[in-house]
Amino acid sequence: MNDHLSQLEPIDVTLQVNGTPVDVSVPAHRTLLDALRDDAGFKGSKKCCADGECGACSVFLDGTLVNSCLVLAVETEGSDVTTIEGLSVDGLSDLQQEFLKAGAVQCGVCIPGQVVAAEDLLRTNPHATATEIRDAMSGNLCRCAGYERIVAAIQAAAETRVTIS
Amino acid sequence: MSGHGKPDDQITLGSAVGESVLRYGGADRVSGAQQYLSDLEFPDTAHVAFTTIESGCAQINSIDTSAAEQLPGIVAIVSADDLPNAKRFGISHQDRPLLATDTVNFHGEPVVAVVAESTEIARLAADLIEVDFTPLPGVYDLDSALADDARLVQEPDVRPGDPLNHSNVLETAEYAWGDVAADEPSAHVIVEDTYNFPMVNHFTIEPGGVIARPYEETGVEVHSPIQHPFLLQRILASIHDLPLNKVRVVAPDPGGGFGGKQTPRYEPLMAHLAMRTQRTCRLVLSLEENFQLMRRSGCRIHARTGFAADGSIVFHQMDVDFHIGAYADVAPRIMAKGSYVGAGPYRIPSVTVDARAVLTNTTPSCAFRGFGAPQVGWATESQIDAGARALGMDGLEIRRKNLVDAGEAFIRGDHEATADGHWHESLEKAAELLEWDTPKPPNRGRGIAVGIKPGATSGLSQSLVRLLYDGSAIVYAGTSDMGQGARTLWKQILSDELGVALEQITIISGDTESVPFDLQTSASRSTVFMGGAVLMACEDIRRRVLELYAEVTDVDPDTLDHRPGTIMTPAGTVPLVEAAQTALGKLRGEFVGQGTNRLRGKSGHPLGGDAAFYEFNATAIEVEVDPDTGEVLLVRHATVGDVGKELNPIQVRSQDEGAAIMGLGHSLMEQVMLDDNGCIRNLGALDYRIPTYNDVAVDMLSASIENEDGPGPYGCKGISEGALLCTAGAVGAAVADAIGVPIRDLPLTAERIWKAMQARDSATADN
Ligand code: FES
Ligand code: FES
Repeated sequence: MNDHLSQLEPIDVTLQVNGTPVDVSVPAHRTLLDALRDDAGFKGSKKCCADGECGACSVFLDGTLVNSCLVLAVETEGSDVTTIEGLSVDGLSDLQQEFLKAGAVQCGVCIPGQVVAAEDLLRTNPHATATEIRDAMSGNLCRCAGYERIVAAIQAAAETRVTIS
Repeated sequence: MSGHGKPDDQITLGSAVGESVLRYGGADRVSGAQQYLSDLEFPDTAHVAFTTIESGCAQINSIDTSAAEQLPGIVAIVSADDLPNAKRFGISHQDRPLLATDTVNFHGEPVVAVVAESTEIARLAADLIEVDFTPLPGVYDLDSALADDARLVQEPDVRPGDPLNHSNVLETAEYAWGDVAADEPSAHVIVEDTYNFPMVNHFTIEPGGVIARPYEETGVEVHSPIQHPFLLQRILASIHDLPLNKVRVVAPDPGGGFGGKQTPRYEPLMAHLAMRTQRTCRLVLSLEENFQLMRRSGCRIHARTGFAADGSIVFHQMDVDFHIGAYADVAPRIMAKGSYVGAGPYRIPSVTVDARAVLTNTTPSCAFRGFGAPQVGWATESQIDAGARALGMDGLEIRRKNLVDAGEAFIRGDHEATADGHWHESLEKAAELLEWDTPKPPNRGRGIAVGIKPGATSGLSQSLVRLLYDGSAIVYAGTSDMGQGARTLWKQILSDELGVALEQITIISGDTESVPFDLQTSASRSTVFMGGAVLMACEDIRRRVLELYAEVTDVDPDTLDHRPGTIMTPAGTVPLVEAAQTALGKLRGEFVGQGTNRLRGKSGHPLGGDAAFYEFNATAIEVEVDPDTGEVLLVRHATVGDVGKELNPIQVRSQDEGAAIMGLGHSLMEQVMLDDNGCIRNLGALDYRIPTYNDVAVDMLSASIENEDGPGPYGCKGISEGALLCTAGAVGAAVADAIGVPIRDLPLTAERIWKAMQARDSATADN
């Protein structure tokens, strides 16, 4: 019994979420996703598979795209996390607007993860071809299957970013 | 063919319908602000977890909760023994218990519910509870369920008085016209085969859940991403003996529904737990639990079809067994409705369809986009292609020959159904998009198929519209906005009908406390039914404005008239919003309009009424099959729907492409697999694959035929399921064309295709 309960012992963790320091107190096995959603109140990242297969929980961890359901919260001490909420602090980003215009949003539950993954792609490969976009995004499932629309949205955002820069 | 959405301020007032107005609520969906069920927070919440066992069919001997009870923070531990008076519930059959009672009837059926102060404690306690059980000889597939000595999935007393309660056949449906025996001699070719369609999971990215809370002293408030809040309200009221006003259902937008979130499952139990503990009780499901909550029924079809030498279908016979699972849910209706259109949209003199809904010890199946039509259509479309091959025709030619014309009957007999569209136009358009007649490179194959599904056969949607003094407006409409974008359409309709700018419109939905009745969000009905109700509510407002305007301006109302957005006076037209303000005068206030759209069924009709419309789709697909591995590459995928009118073209594209790609799932990769104990082997995302970006055709094309011939506002029809109805038929025909032999069992995995090629080659070698 004590074994069981010791699993629940909370551990204090301090991290930065979207530029703001956040203190949470979490059991050792709690994932970053659960800590973000349930302890820190950032509910924009979604949970579907909890297995690293769907991408609904995508966030940036120290600048790298990760599935936050595969990261333990205690591992993120001192880290810098950017969630979907951090991508639209001054209104919707160009990418988010393109998602809307392209008709990429249906039920919407996969969309925060798609936007985060797409943002990562635009940063790492600003000239991605449609095939590269499909490959890069293939870890993000959309059961409404707005895949074609999302590719169009990413292409549109890429075009304007390249023109501007 | 992609089109582009337009922000509200780029739409000319009065012409919103037909424009790609951006999705209502879209900004919240891209920013992460949208609140789905699991994002809702309530004070003083207790958390629920279930104890289940690793068996699909077992006798529960005893339950030991002692270790779990020792944990701190346990609020309640409840099993069927604690619910002696609980009623079973269901839509057509009241067969489902709140918790497994005496036996577990499918893998994952909850045996014990734990309520605790945290999710971790609830989970830990649920895992510490020991259920002693004896496995029973469950029936996990059609053959074992239909065997003479099969164990009954439901004890006869679960369905008292039902003549079939001593078998695993829950319901049957028979449709027949013409005379097969008399027509058979005129057949030049007869093809006969058996087809299988797998059990597949909805795999909604939001797995789902329920939050239940005490409400108004004796009542209960249930939050659920349910597609039919009013149906849930009715069932909760009935099983908990409460009046409707003591049951509040709040339905946050589902994170994907596809039919899977239509009917109550854990809500009645959660309502009980909330009333029992007087706490807010929260249950958020995992994807694994979602697999045990919903699925599409599998199906086996034996078909026999005769063709004349010119390709005309002479007769078509089908025996259809739906593999429905442990409880009825809406599966009998799916069996009846799917097999009603079993013979397809064709001109066939003689038809027999004999269908059964067969109980098995598996996840209860429920509605899933297409509602039985994709299963039955897989067999019929494959049979048409088998006939074409035997006659040396191609898939397009044989369908041109047999597809009915507008107004012509495709279901004959006492309750005939006629084509409510020019369906040949869709067929030709799909063929044109695929470039059907162009030469094909090696290892390529092409297939074309058509699909049909009856829309709703009865319905009731009620809507309220409030036109406020300053010219803004609020629509109350109970449709669940699960991704189809229903609220966007209400906004467009209201904007045009009342002349209110798009930005000035709010839509309220998903709460039985504030929104008037809507029967359900299903069968692609809402644009037709609720859209009609919103339109009527707007017309009601225009009439009221006219009357009061006449009184206030002291003119004879008979000299006035109204049109969308305007009141016509002898002196000229006045914008409706301006006339409303004049009419309301100094006291201000508002106009309230009401719309009720009712379609009564028809007694004696096998479906309870004629379909309000048919969803018709033609799909053409070109594949390339790797001759060494059997892997399929989709080169081109063209889907064409007969939509009446696109009220919002970009939303039509989203839904159409989405359905088409979803259809690739059951065609090429998806199937729920069971072990010998009836346990799901591929539970969850690791072992169950759904289409990803890389599975979409290189060229994905979607188009519509618009003849404004639907019964909905502006001549629209429902559109959200069409593109998945015949995906399998088109893929199957394309693969058969590429490899030279047909495959009759879905999904068409690389392994199956590879085996078919091996069998083909050894057959040729033998000859
Ligand atoms: S929830 Fe993290 S990848 Fe699915
Ligand atoms: S929009 Fe529904 S799952 Fe992607």
